[in-house]
Amino acid sequence: MDINKQYSAQTWPDHPETATLEGKNKFVGFWLFLGGETVLFATLFATYLALKDKGPSGMEITASQLFELPLVFIMTMLLLTSSLTSVYAMFHMRSYNFRAMQAWMAVTVLLGAAFLGFEIYEFNHYVHEFGFTYGHSAFSSAFYTLVGTHGLHVAIGLGWFILLMIRNAKRGLNLYNASKFYTISLYWHFIDVVWVFIFTVVYLMGVVG
Amino acid sequence: MAHEVETRKKTQAEFEYAKRKREEEMRGQVATFALMIFLTLVAFTAVAADFSAYYVVPTILLLAAVQVGLQLYYFMHAKEKGHGTPIFFFYGGLLIAFTILITFVTIIWI
Amino acid sequence: MSSTAQAQKKGFGATLWDYLTTVDHKKIAILYLVSGGFFFVVGGIEAMLIRIQLAVPANDFVSAGVYNQIMTMHGTTMIFLAAMPLLFAFMNAVVPLQIGARDVAFPFLNSLGFWLFFFGGVFLNLSWFLGGAPDAGWTSYASLAIASGGHGVDFYALGLQISGAGTLIAGINFLVTIINMRAPGMTYMRMPMFTWTTFIASALILFAFPPLTVGLFFLILDRMFFANFFAVEMGGNTIIWEHLFWIFGHPEVYILVLPAFGIFSEIFAIFSRKRLFGYSALVFATILIGFYGFMVWAHHMFTTGLGATANAIFAVATMAIAVPTGVKIFNWLLTIWGGNISFSTPMLYALGFIPSFVAGGVTGVMQAVAPLDYQLHDSYFIVAHFHYVIVGGVVLALLGGLHLYWPKMFGTMLSEKLGKITFALFFFGFHATFFIQHFLGLLGMPRRVYTFVGDQGWDLYNLISSVGAAFMALGVITLVINIIMTSVKNERVGNDPWEDGRTLEWAIPSPPPFYNFKQTPLVRGLDTYWIEKMEGNPEGMTYAEPIGDIHMPNNSIIPFIMSAGLFVAAFGALYFIDGDKAWPLPVLALGLLITLGSMAARSLKDDLGYHIHKEDLLKEGGQPGGH
Repeated sequence: MDINKQYSAQTWPDHPETATLEGKNKFVGFWLFLGGETVLFATLFATYLALKDKGPSGMEITASQLFELPLVFIMTMLLLTSSLTSVYAMFHMRSYNFRAMQAWMAVTVLLGAAFLGFEIYEFNHYVHEFGFTYGHSAFSSAFYTLVGTHGLHVAIGLGWFILLMIRNAKRGLNLYNASKFYTISLYWHFIDVVWVFIFTVVYLMGVVG
Repeated sequence: MAHEVETRKKTQAEFEYAKRKREEEMRGQVATFALMIFLTLVAFTAVAADFSAYYVVPTILLLAAVQVGLQLYYFMHAKEKGHGTPIFFFYGGLLIAFTILITFVTIIWI
Repeated sequence: MSSTAQAQKKGFGATLWDYLTTVDHKKIAILYLVSGGFFFVVGGIEAMLIRIQLAVPANDFVSAGVYNQIMTMHGTTMIFLAAMPLLFAFMNAVVPLQIGARDVAFPFLNSLGFWLFFFGGVFLNLSWFLGGAPDAGWTSYASLAIASGGHGVDFYALGLQISGAGTLIAGINFLVTIINMRAPGMTYMRMPMFTWTTFIASALILFAFPPLTVGLFFLILDRMFFANFFAVEMGGNTIIWEHLFWIFGHPEVYILVLPAFGIFSEIFAIFSRKRLFGYSALVFATILIGFYGFMVWAHHMFTTGLGATANAIFAVATMAIAVPTGVKIFNWLLTIWGGNISFSTPMLYALGFIPSFVAGGVTGVMQAVAPLDYQLHDSYFIVAHFHYVIVGGVVLALLGGLHLYWPKMFGTMLSEKLGKITFALFFFGFHATFFIQHFLGLLGMPRRVYTFVGDQGWDLYNLISSVGAAFMALGVITLVINIIMTSVKNERVGNDPWEDGRTLEWAIPSPPPFYNFKQTPLVRGLDTYWIEKMEGNPEGMTYAEPIGDIHMPNNSIIPFIMSAGLFVAAFGALYFIDGDKAWPLPVLALGLLITLGSMAARSLKDDLGYHIHKEDLLKEGGQPGGH
């Protein structure tokens, strides 16, 4: 595979992400990794459910008092929309439209960064308003570890997006980086999948009680 | 080894067919997105409306499952060809994930 | 221009650099073999110390605290740092060859996986010199681990975290290699059994290691970063650790034993000169064991108090595993049946394996009976059982596989005479050590005790057990002598030194050239090399392509640096909680910076590999010599 090979929209393959053996390997390998990540997040969810509202005797903070739905709703909309913009980026990647792809990825990064900002604000709020620190109780440890691990994934995803965009800014699409763009978009959708369960299981079920 | 990739120039008809296919797919994805927003709204509304937890919890879990299915098959392209093995492993992970969740809400001494 | 011939011409420094940077699966196999072998010896020395301490009643050879450390490190080292890496050595050496691939799917990650394991193992063992080793048992149950003073358990959690990441990477790599890199014609149902078992074991790694990762993180966060997952007074729950550990721990048993089954399947077919009996049944049984392996973990927790319903479900599921395992045993027996058997050293190990492993399996079914398990739990019966499974299954496979694949990996044969002496010493020592422990358990001796009072009827049995352990040590020493003598003599062998090889790895030179296959083979059936031999094809394989340029990956030092970064960071995390030093936080940041920086370097710098040109391949002369 020649990295300097130039393509046009007409010579660009329908599935550039799996056109090379490296691309196929990356594609399968990353899906398998996501399978492992599913188990990882499941154990975090399971631990959260087991330790929800548990703390030292006399602890008064419960999930239903802590969580506020408007903030979570905004964060959900941000992340869901970023999932759509990442789909747009992949649409343009497959159409061999590099500039449009970069633009949509930039939008994705902005939405992801906004999500992360809200999350940091939220954690800060809990710590300062409720004294709900990491070592406060088993509940707080489980909550911050689950939601924080997701936040860490978002942060890694943002760094990954930015690194890829900068690295390839000048040289456009080729079959070497097409699979890389595709992989980060898979990762980003997976982050959204996890968030769907976080807002359902942690926040909505937390408020329901 | 298939390291050399054959490139072939598509005929105008092929090119336009592929383009139309991609655009159809994109429209499907936008519709999916609309549906996902709708499902999210339903879930938040159901909780905000303060219905009994017995109804709300199963409902929002179901809505989450549907939404994840949409993400997988439409946004992550799992309905395209060549996804058999990856999806098989992903479901394997889901099965074990489910087992762990069941365990942790039943048999941990609480 | 074989890779070893090249290495011999190079100086020591160049060879070292070559191994630090290599991404060649055959060299990574040697790295796994050497470091896994080293940790095997370390774990073995720890085992000897245990048996010396327990040889006589009321012994004061080591103190109670030191005994706990030795016992913990023996288990941890043998499972994580010896058995798994040694199996990875054979997987790396053999699986790409068996499927007709030029390398694994992700050569860079292959190297990264090794270095993560290596640095994790070194970190764990440094605990001996830095204030004491972990002492909460290899299972490190949370209530005990949280209470354990010093930094021992921190070394355990951080070291296993690092090496566990390496294992996960290796698992994904093998899965993708087997899914995507098979030669044309190599359908799933034509894959050799060792490849199949590697495939299933890798799938188990993919799903079993994340729970361990999470469990270890909880332990790290609890001990070092103020979390309360296991602190009962803060609302925590220590049963969570037990579940997480065994959700990982039980599949881990199958991660170890399935590749061992694969090695034995190869040995039985080669040395009975017969096709494996019931190949498809063996494949199906392997898949079924893999699936059941995930559904039975709570049988380690019968006495925890999960309730009768849970115990009943897990008891039945556990007994069900005996069915596919029994299928395998009968398949092997029927492979030997009517075969033209040659009693080579690998075959002796395989034949010794069957009764040993059946004994371990039968005691396993006994423990699956939950009420009986209440009697057997935490007694020497359990120790006897899992050593029959792990030593009788896995270690015999490792030793048998070592003799079988040594010529393929190094191009020279281990001495058969010394090999048979090794087998006799080890096999006798193994049974002498552990058979008697069943009775010690039934007589009431608890496991994990540093000494015992005399005249309870345990004295003689413990002494016999210790004498047996000495025989095992003699066996290992004989093996080391064998390896040294063989390496000094260095008599080169051809493609198929056992003369009855059936699969693709025996169709190419020993050791193979660094690109493995000059031309990708076309696989025409199960046991493809055997088919070609029977049809009198002197080249040993049918080709799927003409000779052409071969694409190869570049060597890289980045995996080494990336792993070293985590090794440095682990020290920062470890001493952070002390609070009396200023350096831990900067060291933690520095280590993570090294790792992240090398990740960025990897992603910013294109690594496209290089090509071996057709002309150079042709210049090396015609076909590699026959047998």
